[in-house]
Amino acid sequence: MGNVIGIGASPKRKEDQRFLTGRGNYVSDIKRPGMTAGVFVRSPHGHAILRGIDKSAALASSGVIAVLTGDDVADDGLGSLPCGWGITDAKGVPMKEPPFPMLAQDKVRFVGDMVAFVIAETPEQANAAAELLKIDYEVLPSVVGVLEAVRPGAPQLFDDVPNNICCDWELGDKAAVEAAFRKAAHVAKLSLVNNRLIGNPMEPRAAIAEYEPGTDRFTLWTTSQFPHVVRFLMGALVLNIPQHKLRVVAPDVGGGFGVKQFHYGEEAVITWAAKRVMRPIKWVASRSEGYVSDRHGRDHVTEAELALDETGKFLAFRVNTLANMGGYLSTFGPNIPTNLYGPLLGGVYTTPAIYCNVKVVFTNTVPVDAYRGAGRPEATFVLERIVDVAASEMGIDRVEIRRRNMIPKEAYPYQTPVLVQYDSGDPMGCLDGALVAADVKNFGIRKSESARKGKFRGLGYSTYVEACGLAPSRFAGRLGARGGLYESATVRVHPTGQVTVMIGTHNHGQGHETTFAQIVSDKLGVSFENVDIVFGDTDRVQFGMGTYGSRSLVVGGAALSKATDKVIAKGKKIASHLLEAAEADIQFEAGKFSVAGTDRAKTFEEIAGAAYVPHNYPLEVLEPGLEEQAYYDPVNFTYPGGCHIAEVEVDPETGTVTLVNYTAVDDVGTVINPMIVEGQLHGGIVQGVGQALFENAVYDEGSGQLLSGSLMDYCMPRADHLPMMKVATHSTLCTHTPMGVKGCGEVGTIGSPAAVINAVVDALSHLGVTHVDMPATPNRIWRLLQNASLPVAAE
Amino acid sequence: MQISFTLNGRPTVVDVEPATLVADLLREQLNLTGTHIGCDTSQCGACVVHLNGLPVKSCTLLAPALDGATLLTIEGLQGAPGSNRMHPMQEAFREHHGLQCGFCTPGMLMTAVALATEKPDLTEADVRHGLEGNICRCTGYQNIVVSVMAGAAAMNAAKGE
Repeated sequence: MGNVIGIGASPKRKEDQRFLTGRGNYVSDIKRPGMTAGVFVRSPHGHAILRGIDKSAALASSGVIAVLTGDDVADDGLGSLPCGWGITDAKGVPMKEPPFPMLAQDKVRFVGDMVAFVIAETPEQANAAAELLKIDYEVLPSVVGVLEAVRPGAPQLFDDVPNNICCDWELGDKAAVEAAFRKAAHVAKLSLVNNRLIGNPMEPRAAIAEYEPGTDRFTLWTTSQFPHVVRFLMGALVLNIPQHKLRVVAPDVGGGFGVKQFHYGEEAVITWAAKRVMRPIKWVASRSEGYVSDRHGRDHVTEAELALDETGKFLAFRVNTLANMGGYLSTFGPNIPTNLYGPLLGGVYTTPAIYCNVKVVFTNTVPVDAYRGAGRPEATFVLERIVDVAASEMGIDRVEIRRRNMIPKEAYPYQTPVLVQYDSGDPMGCLDGALVAADVKNFGIRKSESARKGKFRGLGYSTYVEACGLAPSRFAGRLGARGGLYESATVRVHPTGQVTVMIGTHNHGQGHETTFAQIVSDKLGVSFENVDIVFGDTDRVQFGMGTYGSRSLVVGGAALSKATDKVIAKGKKIASHLLEAAEADIQFEAGKFSVAGTDRAKTFEEIAGAAYVPHNYPLEVLEPGLEEQAYYDPVNFTYPGGCHIAEVEVDPETGTVTLVNYTAVDDVGTVINPMIVEGQLHGGIVQGVGQALFENAVYDEGSGQLLSGSLMDYCMPRADHLPMMKVATHSTLCTHTPMGVKGCGEVGTIGSPAAVINAVVDALSHLGVTHVDMPATPNRIWRLLQNASLPVAAE
Repeated sequence: MQISFTLNGRPTVVDVEPATLVADLLREQLNLTGTHIGCDTSQCGACVVHLNGLPVKSCTLLAPALDGATLLTIEGLQGAPGSNRMHPMQEAFREHHGLQCGFCTPGMLMTAVALATEKPDLTEADVRHGLEGNICRCTGYQNIVVSVMAGAAAMNAAKGE
């Protein structure tokens, strides 16, 4: 039995030893015999016609093996990078889906668009040769903002996409919303921007590709959150490589946050090129390269209106959004500002009518796709901000207006007017818990203390819900998903009783090797040390959809739980034979199969041994071996949520906003490992704080140049920006996942931006400030203060 | 050119191009891939090593600067000589969940050990200020700060033994 570590315990992480001692195995650490170096040549222009490429000087350069361009891709008849979602407009017309060539053909559409791939003996030689490529661009005007892109006369990215509109998408009952607005006692209005973000996982993207002529097999090592999906999209849809001839490995990956959950052109180009040059090729992005090629996130411009009755009850909510897609459709691109946005506009409230229109717009910027939270932080920000605006305009306390509209715990399951049905939740309980934990009742004292120092103090709330555990395949299919969204797990019990799990999710910081081992240890009663989790290799793991959308525990964990149940069920059959008892009388508990009401029992190890040495075994009716596999397709999304309370101090002299307190009480369902859940909440919250206070991807209109293209220009949260956060859970159990889990990877990032900005607005409300766009940088706040109607002085 | 230095306690002689960065020398020539490269502007701190006992960003240091010097990388960080244990700072990071994806971790640890060596009675503010040159995207820094303070306390205790 040994060291059984169960659900709810916080063992130290299995994966830590290798990371702490410098023995991780990231893609950039891997070396292959005869390996060459690849460098991508990228467009320096936001928008240009590609007139021609003269390779001759580059090809003659020292150590150069090959220079590949879009013409070579076209000559080989290769496909375009596929989009995994096909959305439609209100009339059912499919979105515009222009091709996304893996190397640019005819035109470039953003700074960073790939134009050529140079392969040489060393990275230095490849870089030197890249400088020698003569690329003839006819530069066109760029358009980078969504408002500008849909204006008449704007530069057009594609000939057959008028006004740069990919899709004019809508959700909800427009007529019901209009009727509700007509009888409203008050209408709150808000215009806001959801700032463009760059995910910046600390490990830059990288890939190595190799072709073995003897077996006609390709191997791609890539910094991916979903190797099986890369194998499918790239093999089947881009390079025409049969699935059994393509191995994709995503070893240790240094953070993802969505940035690594897409099929990138670099992966396709390097795999294709490896066969052309018959040598392994390695490409490692620099951080600067990541800024102009990693898919960006968010970037919305929104007009919202909330209709209320005289008591502050929400009657209807109307949202019109322009969402930036960048220069092409990335893997999940059009799904994020539509299906992952509109259905969340109900929040934790009983708003009976909601209408949402989203115009999905092409611009000359890096393609925009999922970034931690993906659509849900944008929805939460709109809703939680306008609730504060309405409260302020109607003179209702911000907590009180939330209480008046919250879905009561007893009303679950709760059907919203925007597709989703919440299975469980207790938003009021989270709010009550957070009010106490944040010591809100003494906020006035703290505000006075700040005022004595000449600072403005503010408090901000965000009571929110999200949809994750992506996703029920049938439901997603109706919304436009072109693939399934289930997960798979294999539980392999070795003859000696140790266990190896093969699972289709991918661990890149979330602690799966620990959490999943706890589930197996708990259920099978085997020692925690005797369970290993294998992931990230299409040759070792049967299949999987990978890790994103807070799905690993919810969907992958459910598959694992099911597979483990199958192991127990087979073990009972074996035990029934060995113990000469009816199968129905066999119980399994604490690692022992026993006959009910007797002391006759077999250990898990004895049963495993019998399964592999089947001398005394029911071979006529049962196969030898003890290995079971399960696929799990969820019946619904899960709906974690909670209440976040931010407290900030604003220095009116400099405009600097300091986050001084942060409290989160979240409902993430069953918690398997509290230590890991807290870590996920901390990290998620700080990414949301980063959006609210620091991070902003800025493009120059006209030239399409990215102005925030390095860690010197794009401000990432640092240790000294932050206070010690208080995080806690107030869980209700998910009613449809096997363990009651809801997922916790994104809640922090979804709840926090609204809490922080609501706190900033609260701090400045006495100056007549009603909204602050993100990020609330010192410059932006200082300007607001200069324009404020009241003199700049603390109360 | 040929340079001689002490690497993780061992005398080392290598031939390098003078323009080679220490981070590349370690990773490509010496196969010590624990030192990571996370940026190209000396901002992220994933590549921090100790040069003559002081923390430096090895992505911004040319290999010839190593000649005659003593270099410590994450692979050389360990517990008491002869023991099979990790350094108290490494233990503290594991104990307090001070890492998630692990990519920034080697640089964080090297910076943390240097901070704790320089100032044994670290405050939370000291730690947060001292980690300004190390970026982590996963943890929100909270557990890193807790880990560094615990690791520093353990280093102090070990010194007193």
